[in-house]
Amino acid sequence: MKKVKADPKGVLTGAHYLDGDFALAEGALAAGCRFFGGYPITPSTETAERFSERIPRVGGIFIQMEDELGSIASLIGAVWGGKKAMTVTSGPGFSLMMENIGLACMMETPLVIANVQRGGPSTGLPTLTGQQDMMQAKFGSHGDYEIIALSPDSPQECFDLTIEAFNLSETYRVPTFIMTDECVGHMHEKVVIPPADEIELVERKWYTGPKEAYLPYKPDKDLVPFMIKAGDGYRFHTTGLTHDERGYPVINAECQKVNVTNIIEKIRKNADKIIKIEEDQIDGAEVVLISYGITSRVAVRAVRLAREAGIKVGTMRLITVWPFPEKRIKELAPKIKAFIIPEVNYGQMVREVERSAAGKTQVFGVPHCGGWVHNPEDILNVIKEAVK
Amino acid sequence: MNDEARQKNPIEHLLRMDRIPHIWCPGCGIGTVVTSFAEALRKSNIELDKIAVVSGIGCTGRVAGYIKLDSFHTTHGRAIPFATGLKLANPELKVVVFSGDGDIFGIGGNHFIHAARRNMDLTVICVNNFNYAMTGGQVAATTPTDANASTAPYGNFEQPFSIPYLADAAGASYVARWTALHLRRVTKSIQEGMDKNGFSLIEVITPCVTLYARRNRLGDGLNLLKYYYDKSEIKHGADTRDLDISYQGKLIVGKFIDRERPNFIDAMNQHMSTVLGDDYELYGRINND
Repeated sequence: MKKVKADPKGVLTGAHYLDGDFALAEGALAAGCRFFGGYPITPSTETAERFSERIPRVGGIFIQMEDELGSIASLIGAVWGGKKAMTVTSGPGFSLMMENIGLACMMETPLVIANVQRGGPSTGLPTLTGQQDMMQAKFGSHGDYEIIALSPDSPQECFDLTIEAFNLSETYRVPTFIMTDECVGHMHEKVVIPPADEIELVERKWYTGPKEAYLPYKPDKDLVPFMIKAGDGYRFHTTGLTHDERGYPVINAECQKVNVTNIIEKIRKNADKIIKIEEDQIDGAEVVLISYGITSRVAVRAVRLAREAGIKVGTMRLITVWPFPEKRIKELAPKIKAFIIPEVNYGQMVREVERSAAGKTQVFGVPHCGGWVHNPEDILNVIKEAVK
Repeated sequence: MNDEARQKNPIEHLLRMDRIPHIWCPGCGIGTVVTSFAEALRKSNIELDKIAVVSGIGCTGRVAGYIKLDSFHTTHGRAIPFATGLKLANPELKVVVFSGDGDIFGIGGNHFIHAARRNMDLTVICVNNFNYAMTGGQVAATTPTDANASTAPYGNFEQPFSIPYLADAAGASYVARWTALHLRRVTKSIQEGMDKNGFSLIEVITPCVTLYARRNRLGDGLNLLKYYYDKSEIKHGADTRDLDISYQGKLIVGKFIDRERPNFIDAMNQHMSTVLGDDYELYGRINND
C-alpha cells in the first residue's frame, strides 16, 4: 500500500462552520476525488451542489447524470479512466444504484458512495432522518459480495471518514459507503480541515510489472489484484460476468468459486484491519450500548442518565458498520447482562448483534420508525429493563 | 485453415483470438459489424492503445469481449453512462459504445438521449436485429409492427422507435443507418463517427437468423440479406422523420446527420473559462480537430 500526501489544491485548510453534506464534499476533494457523477435527491443534494461549485476549480469533473443508474455507471467508468470518483444519494437513489454496485464489486472498482439516509420505504420522508438502509448497504445488490461501510456522527467525521472511505476503497478495491443520515447531513458544526501535508492518502494499487505479464484479476498476497487504467496500452478486458484471472468470462461453478471467494475473502480476511470502533467504560460494564451515526449522539444523554442512576453502562460506537465487528461482540457477550442497540429503523444492525452474541447474552433493540431521533428516555427505559 | 493463412488474417491482431470461437449463431450479422469496425480501426489514424470499447448486455454486448483493445462488458443498458465516465475521466481516449438495440434503446434509452443531448464525444454502434436475441427472441422497442416475437406471439401491435429520428431529435452530431449488407459503408461511417468531435450514432440492421427470422419464417441469413438488397435505398441526408421501418418494408439507409456543435468537454471549457476566468484550468485535451 503506497501512501502519499494530499494535493493541496483540493484541501480547504482551516476551521469552518459546515454541515455534514458539505463536509462530505470537502473530505472527498481532500482525498483527491476529481470525478463526481450524481443526481439530486433530498437530503443529500447539498453535497452535489458543493461539488458543482468546487470541483471545476480544482481540475475535476462534475456531471449531473440523468438518474442514479447513470450516476453509478459513470463512476465506474471514471475510475477505470484513472480518476477517484464519488457520488452521493439517499434511499430511493441508493436502491437504483444497487445493480451497478454489484458490477463495481465484480470489477473490483474502488469508489465511494455517501448515503444521506432518510425515512423510507419508498418516497417515505424525504426531509426527515432515518437509518433504514443499513442492511441494504450490505445486501442490496444480488449475489454474494462484501463492501465496506462507515457511519459518521458529526460533520467533522463526515470530512474525516470520507478520506478514510477513499483510502479503504483504494486499499481493497471495493465500493465503500458512507452511511450518514439527514440529521448529520444537515447539522452545522465546526469542521477543522488540516493542511494537505497532514492528510495521508492511499494511492491506487497500480500495476508496475511487465505489460505482457499483467493479469487484471490475479490476487496479490493481500488478495487484492493490481489495477491499471484504460489508455495505458494493456488492451485488457473486464466484465460483470464470472471471470478468470485474465478477466475473461468463464461460466461454470469452479470459476465462480474462485471469483466470488476472492471478492469476499479480501474483505473478511482483512476485517481486523478495516474495523474501527470507539469504546467507553466497557470494563466492568453490566450492559453495553451499541450505536452508530446520529443515534450515538442521542444515546449520550440516555447513558449519562443511566450512569447517574447507578447502572454500569459501557458504550460501543460503530465507526465501521460493515464489515461488522462480530469478534468483539462475541468476546463481550458472556461478560455482560445485555447489549442495547438503539437505531432509527425497525431493527437492522441489532440482528448482527444477535447473530454475533449467539445467545450468550440478552440483546435489546430500541427501534424507531424514522422521521426523528429517539427520545433519550426511551433508550434509558430499555437500559433499566435490561439490568432488572 | 493452415497457419500461414491464419497469420494473413488482417484483423487477427484486433481480436482476442484466445476467445475464438465466439458465441454468435451461424448467419448472425454481429460478426459482420465487428469486421467493419476492425476494418475502420485498421484504416484509422487513431492510436489503438487510446481506443476503448464499452458494451452492455446481450448478443452484441459480447463484442467488448472479443475486441483486443481496452474493453468493458458492463451491465444491461448502462454502457453509455459507463462510457461517459470513462471519457470524462480520460479525455484522450476515443470511446466506442458497441451494443444492441435492446440494450441502447430499450433498457438504456434514457442514457442514450441524454448523452446525445450533451453531445458527449462517444461513438455509438448499435446493432439492430429487431428483437431481444440473447434471451430468446422477445419483442423489443425496435421490433417492426406486425412482426412476431416470443413475447408477442400474436404479433407486435406497438410502434417501434425510429433510431435515427430519435438520435437526431436528441441532438446527435452524426447519424447513419446501414444494413449488414453495406459492409464498406458501415466501415466508412464508423470511421467518420470516430473522427467526429461529438456524439455519433451508427445503426446497423442485422439478421437474427435463429430467432427473429425463424419465428417470422423469413428464411436464413441469405434470405435476409436478399431482403436488405431488394428493399434498402440509400438516401443521404434524408429527413429523419421519414425513416420508419415497417415489417419487411423499405429500409432507408445512409448518412442522415453530420453537423457541428461543441461537445460536452469543449462546451464546459468554453463556458467555465468565460465565467471563472483565471480560476479555471482548461480540462483535458481540447478537441478541435
